Amino acid sequence: MKPSAIKKVSIVVSKGSLDGVYPGLIMANGARMEGIEANLFFTFFGLYSVLKDYQDKIRIATVGNPAMRVPTAKGFPLPTLLGALPGMSAFATKMMMKEMDNLDIPPVGEFIEMISDAGGKLYACKATVDMFHLESSDFVEQVDSIITVGDFYDMSAGGEIIFT
Amino acid sequence: MPTQTILDQEITFDDEGFMTDHTQWSPELAHELAKANGIDALNDRHFLVLDYMRKTFIETGSGPTIRRLTKQSGVPTKELYALFPGAPAKKAALIAGIKKPVGCI
Repeated sequence: MKPSAIKKVSIVVSKGSLDGVYPGLIMANGARMEGIEANLFFTFFGLYSVLKDYQDKIRIATVGNPAMRVPTAKGFPLPTLLGALPGMSAFATKMMMKEMDNLDIPPVGEFIEMISDAGGKLYACKATVDMFHLESSDFVEQVDSIITVGDFYDMSAGGEIIFT
Repeated sequence: MPTQTILDQEITFDDEGFMTDHTQWSPELAHELAKANGIDALNDRHFLVLDYMRKTFIETGSGPTIRRLTKQSGVPTKELYALFPGAPAKKAALIAGIKKPVGCI
């Protein structure tokens, strides 16, 4: 028997680096493209993806990332001390964003808009909002509401939960 | 490969229902394909999307990403999802007579 198709996904974005944010956004957008219901729940540093004035400053980590190679994915491993030089993270981010733009992967702000327009629902985690002393006006308009983990489980009922 | 006679024309499809030869396509055929895919009537906005998809496919060999489609065709994301409910890129490709879109965006 053919397994039944996925109808709904709830994706948790918990990290605030470029490689922490994009996989969740790509999966949410991809779900909508397939007609799958999609919820995005932003928690901890993942919240920066939906924070006004910060969402397009998300960067890739050039320190503490042993898989990071330069100048290409098959280049040499970037030594930690070089990765720590001022501007390295911004530079690596710029390079990667250029590659992503070639593939039509939008910047974070535009991507969030696209997912929301496609019918994806976006939520911010209450515990983090309180911990970071944020309020609803700090978030982009696409964020539906600030919810508790209990609310999150309620709205995830009957679907798959993906943690990134 | 499955074939089907639509409007007295023998049309070939792949296993997922995408037309294998885009030159067999015509606007009249699009109306029939739309009905088969749950869209009762196609309007000018549908055709704006279909024409852009076909143009990109003929030029590049694959359909556009949704981002490019919405930016260049002038049909915004929300409207695109309303015009082709469910899976817009796939559904529009089915009706535009082009291959299944590849790519993740």
